[in-house]
Amino acid sequence: MKMKTSAKIYSALIFLFLFAPIAILLLFSFNASKSLSVMSGFSFKWYAELFQDVNTLKAVRNTLILAVTATVIATVMGTAAAWGIDRMRSRWYRRVLNTVTDIPMINPDIITGISLMLMFVFVGRFFGAATSLSFWTMLAAHVTFCLPYVILQVLPKLQQMDKSLPEAAMDLGCTPLRAFFKVELPEMMPGIVTGAIMAFTLSMDDFVITYFTSGNGFQTLPIHIYSMTKKSVSPKMYALATIIFFVTLALLLVSNLVDNKDSRKLKEMKKALKGRK
Amino acid sequence: MRQRKLKGSQSGYRAALAPYSLWAMIFVLVPLVFVAYYAFTDNEFHFTTANMAKFFHSTSSILNADGSTREVHTYIVIALRSLKLAAISTLICLLLGYPIAYIMSRAQEKTQKIMMTLIMIPMWMNFLIRTYAWMTIMQDTGILNNMLAALGLHRIKLIGTETAVVIGMVYDFLPYMVLPIYSIMAKMDDKLLEAARDLGCNSLSVLRRVVFPLSLPGVVSGVTMVLIPAVSTFYISQKLGSGKFLLIGDVIEGQYAANNFHFAAAIALVMMVLLLAVMALFKYLTGHRMNGGK
Repeated sequence: MKMKTSAKIYSALIFLFLFAPIAILLLFSFNASKSLSVMSGFSFKWYAELFQDVNTLKAVRNTLILAVTATVIATVMGTAAAWGIDRMRSRWYRRVLNTVTDIPMINPDIITGISLMLMFVFVGRFFGAATSLSFWTMLAAHVTFCLPYVILQVLPKLQQMDKSLPEAAMDLGCTPLRAFFKVELPEMMPGIVTGAIMAFTLSMDDFVITYFTSGNGFQTLPIHIYSMTKKSVSPKMYALATIIFFVTLALLLVSNLVDNKDSRKLKEMKKALKGRK
Repeated sequence: MRQRKLKGSQSGYRAALAPYSLWAMIFVLVPLVFVAYYAFTDNEFHFTTANMAKFFHSTSSILNADGSTREVHTYIVIALRSLKLAAISTLICLLLGYPIAYIMSRAQEKTQKIMMTLIMIPMWMNFLIRTYAWMTIMQDTGILNNMLAALGLHRIKLIGTETAVVIGMVYDFLPYMVLPIYSIMAKMDDKLLEAARDLGCNSLSVLRRVVFPLSLPGVVSGVTMVLIPAVSTFYISQKLGSGKFLLIGDVIEGQYAANNFHFAAAIALVMMVLLLAVMALFKYLTGHRMNGGK
């Protein structure tokens, strides 16, 4: 359907609202002075400073380490869980698991963060540790809030799968393990990949839960930004935001391209099938 | 035959589920028990209702416009303010987001994809940085006021007002409203709308009688996804409200920072119950409409 002019104007206004602050950040990351309201000249000096700022670079590295570890654990455990939930016959157990899976997604982040923190501190005190919050508590927290997203991406793929496929494979002589890797895993793959990407971005971006469960010494980027915005922020942060923006844009474009290729292939296949009929 | 095969996989699924079941119990359910435990104990972990009493009975005096003072319930006022600002932000998100979701869902496939990407990009930028950008935009000498001044208009006081906090919340949470409504609307059959028009509906009544009832599940999840982070936020109010008025999230964060874990747990517990009540009420009202509208 063609868009009406009023619809076009409305969409443009909404996108202006969504992108105005981002545009300002991009523009002023090239500012020669420190101001975020007066542009006084073009320069790359904030980018140069960013790449010399040891603390920020360390925070970026920490964020990546945490996000990758949490994503791997959440993806493996979540995929196994989805596979198990799909096969489970006990309705009661299934309902309990579904509710528990929903809790971290529905609960406000601040509650998830506080509740985990209270447990970690209590257990730490029980064992007589002076500080119980560390990389490991953050990792546990990140795995916890990533898991539901992985499960909810993988589960539908299994539910859509024809259950006679793995059976057919086994009838044809596959061991159950081989049938799993040859038939079921490929069916789950798109869900696993989307789930892993979601887990990774959520972990990278999380501030609130990390804030409550982080120990001294291991600072992630959002925590670093938070402590910097307590004072006035250096335009280095705008330079960082600009880089994040373009990396995200590139990732989105690539995933869109892959997606388009897939759907084009699908269309061609459908056409071919129709031709045969 | 089929029975045998299924039985063969029974032990497999238990092994696959075990790690997650254990994990969810330790890191999802047990921590919630700890919130209740801390809320009803003192520093020596003896039972007490003092934390709850503090939340419901603490008072402080505020200055009236005429210079006199009056006593108010400190934390009740803060909780109500959080609810009010979150409700206003959610409503604005719905009013702004619903049309854009509708426009998206009726656009050509290619346009839909582009618009979807555009809605999602801001979500991928760190929200602390985005909120900070709004702070600089709305400052007294920020871009917005400079533009107003250049146009010969009055400068307006935005930063440190409730309006600024609402703008920040709407900005941060708008995509969460648009995406669920859009995903429901995209599944809506064009033929249904055509049929309604053929049967004599004008555009407005198509919207009211066909589109809106069908999109209600999307609206419910959109409202949920905006209201919950809006009620519990603490960064937005600190930056855009200049810390002049507290929200319930600010209080929890403040108590955490001051190591008052037991009082923080009490407020968190109250917030959880409050949110559950609001969501149950909202689901009841819309569920009524969804079933009764047939």
